[in-house]
Amino acid sequence: MVAVTLWGTMRQYADGRKTVEVEATNFKELCDALVSHYPGMKPQIERGVSMAIDGLIYKEAWFTPISPTSEVVLMPFMQGG
Amino acid sequence: MNQVPHIRKFKQVGTRPARPDGDDKVTGRALYGADASAPGMLIGVILRSPHAHAEILSIDVSAALAHGGVKAVVTGADLVAQDEEFLRDIQENCLALKRVLYDGHAVAAVAALTAKAAQEALKLIKVEYCALPHVIEVDDAMATDAPIVQGGRALENVPAGFSQNVTYHCAFGHGDLDAGFAKAQHIVSRSFKTAATHQGYIEPHACLAQMTTDGKAELWCCTQGQYNVRDVCAALLGLEGSQLRVTASEIGGGFGGKTNVFIEPVALALSRKSGRPVKLVMSRSEVFRATGPTVSSSMDVKIGMARDGKITAGHAELRYSGGAFPNETVSMGAQSAFASYDLAAVETLGWNVLTNRPKEAAYRAPGAPMAIYAVESVVDELCQILRLDPIDVRLKNAARKGTKSSYGPTFDDVGLVATLESAKAHPHYSAPLGPNQGRGLSAGFWFNFGGNTCVSLNVNTDGTVSVIEGNPDIGGSRASISLMAAEELGVPYEKVRTIIADTASLGHNDITDGSRVTFSVGLATIKAAQDAIQKMCGRAAQIWGIDPDAVMWENGAAMPAGENAGKFPPMSLADIAAVAFETGGPIAGHFEVNADGAGVSFGVHLCDAEVDPETGATKILRYTVFQDAGRAVHPSYVEGQMQGGAVQGIGWALNEEYIYGKDGCLQNAGFLDYRIPVASDLPNIDTVILEIPNPGHPYGVRGVGETPIVPPLGAVSNAVSRAIGKRLSQLPMSPPRILHAILKD
Repeated sequence: MVAVTLWGTMRQYADGRKTVEVEATNFKELCDALVSHYPGMKPQIERGVSMAIDGLIYKEAWFTPISPTSEVVLMPFMQGG
Repeated sequence: MNQVPHIRKFKQVGTRPARPDGDDKVTGRALYGADASAPGMLIGVILRSPHAHAEILSIDVSAALAHGGVKAVVTGADLVAQDEEFLRDIQENCLALKRVLYDGHAVAAVAALTAKAAQEALKLIKVEYCALPHVIEVDDAMATDAPIVQGGRALENVPAGFSQNVTYHCAFGHGDLDAGFAKAQHIVSRSFKTAATHQGYIEPHACLAQMTTDGKAELWCCTQGQYNVRDVCAALLGLEGSQLRVTASEIGGGFGGKTNVFIEPVALALSRKSGRPVKLVMSRSEVFRATGPTVSSSMDVKIGMARDGKITAGHAELRYSGGAFPNETVSMGAQSAFASYDLAAVETLGWNVLTNRPKEAAYRAPGAPMAIYAVESVVDELCQILRLDPIDVRLKNAARKGTKSSYGPTFDDVGLVATLESAKAHPHYSAPLGPNQGRGLSAGFWFNFGGNTCVSLNVNTDGTVSVIEGNPDIGGSRASISLMAAEELGVPYEKVRTIIADTASLGHNDITDGSRVTFSVGLATIKAAQDAIQKMCGRAAQIWGIDPDAVMWENGAAMPAGENAGKFPPMSLADIAAVAFETGGPIAGHFEVNADGAGVSFGVHLCDAEVDPETGATKILRYTVFQDAGRAVHPSYVEGQMQGGAVQGIGWALNEEYIYGKDGCLQNAGFLDYRIPVASDLPNIDTVILEIPNPGHPYGVRGVGETPIVPPLGAVSNAVSRAIGKRLSQLPMSPPRILHAILKD
């Protein structure tokens, strides 16, 4: 299981929990698992999310591996200028 | 330049060769967007809304079409209807459909033989409008009885009960705020406002489009991302991506503002209709009225501080407006606001709100400067109240390795402490100040990104190297990429030339944004060079009749990896390239990646300002930028980024703003009335580069392009506030606003 920290407005879809645990070994599996367990997250995840895995921020990186001990933080899709 | 020890000793990275585009730019040879031309070319012009908000009842183009010089007229109906909201918003912004949403919104366009004929024809287009109520200010737009800019656009994260103009809500943070504020010796709560500002690039948007009857199209334009232009235009014109080739011109400034598509689909539609090439160049007024400024904001910040300077809790609520179309830029501000601090209790809330302003475009570190300005202002005020040194307070609270950031992840190695210590030790920090002068300090932060990147590296038979990359050079990337290729290959910088490919010549590259290019393209270039090296080692192995694994690359040459491999004289890149045809054909290296590991960046700015108490005018006396730049590949360009960000931020802080009349129309759509800083307004901007290597890049590179615009707003505001002895909370701090603050009470 991987512990995923949610940002504030995503917590409403997980009964207010700041962290949820899902079964996943990579970025894509984690997104799919969140949608499966917490359907309210689906619109945001479909629009796009970034993910900080052990401090590094990833976006659109399906096969980035995640280990059970990884620090995983869900983040909005990053934009820059 | 303060240097931190590195694992690798570089020979060329870190040097300052002459910039490859310098001669072309100072002699006028460089070809910008408006320099493109083609035989039989028509001139395109766009009719724009005079209303801030109106329904379009009808558009009659018959008289314009009857004009002798006119070859085509297009309206929104000439673009392909889009299902996806992202594309539908771009489509509607390029050419309005049933409504206009801001002053300057494009309504129709004409292509004619001459500019005069095109302008005459514009006046012949009859648009019947029904004016609607408008709303310009973000706080007004949040009121439940405010005019609705677009209904039904709120995302699922917006709670019930808000105006339909509120389209996005986000929240970040951790810890117990109440407990944190209870521990504070002093709490400051303050509200702030910042104006929408334009990126202020000197080159207006320009393009030349050519569509032929067989469905092929060519587009030349100034952009930060030719692949994005291709994808958007192909969708809006109903083309397949392979049939539209987009070539990016030399670019006269972008700063995020050229990450969007405004005129290109219109020019293509005109070309398709007329069967002729069409050139479309925005006027300065059009650039201001119809291309993206940054968001305007209204913010509340509350921070508690213990007697010793420890921040006990921080809270911020940010309300941003990016104009008439939804965006999520406020999420970047909400994540950045407290990123410089190691806090046990922190919360930021963000709201995006629709107003009748142009569609926002990114501006270096989008969303971060205004949020950090508000936080840094309150931190500075607390330092004054508790009589604490501003750098000591920031050092006491600084984010560092192991800090749980305010937006969630735990930081690895970051350079904020080193940057603050460098600022404290700098002579600027202890220099005496005179009457009516103040010194301001601000820290700043930006994420930096990687992203999709593709590079080809060709080894030419004469021993030179061509690097082909796909990101327009907005900050010196060609020089940096050439330096990294030369370093990896072991050839002189002068032997390498980097060019920017069109969309048909190289695989996809993300937009030049997020401070990503030197990091991502550099990484891909190093990997492409390693690919070419592997092939060159293979050729040498074939020539020597030994195993390829027995060949190594050192000092720009292949050589036996050890005594067991045999004794052969080294073969340089030029030696191997000269016999490439005879040994298996051309030699090239390639690399494609969705790069990650960009590494966040921090900066600290020091500003000395003097305020004339009789006029409220501010003069910046001294300014120093300290930034963790990772490995500075070409230090002159890094310094240029730091200086440029500071100057743009000074303009944002002191003078720049979109000013609207009661009719909702922009009042200052030109550089005469929208005042950006000029050289005579500024001191030399001193720079101190700190090189804390990014572990996520083979050479330790971090992005440097966006962080420098984050701290100036707070640094200048803190300097002016200290100079006049009154805390200011609204940008820009134009002379009338400062004078009002001085005379108040």
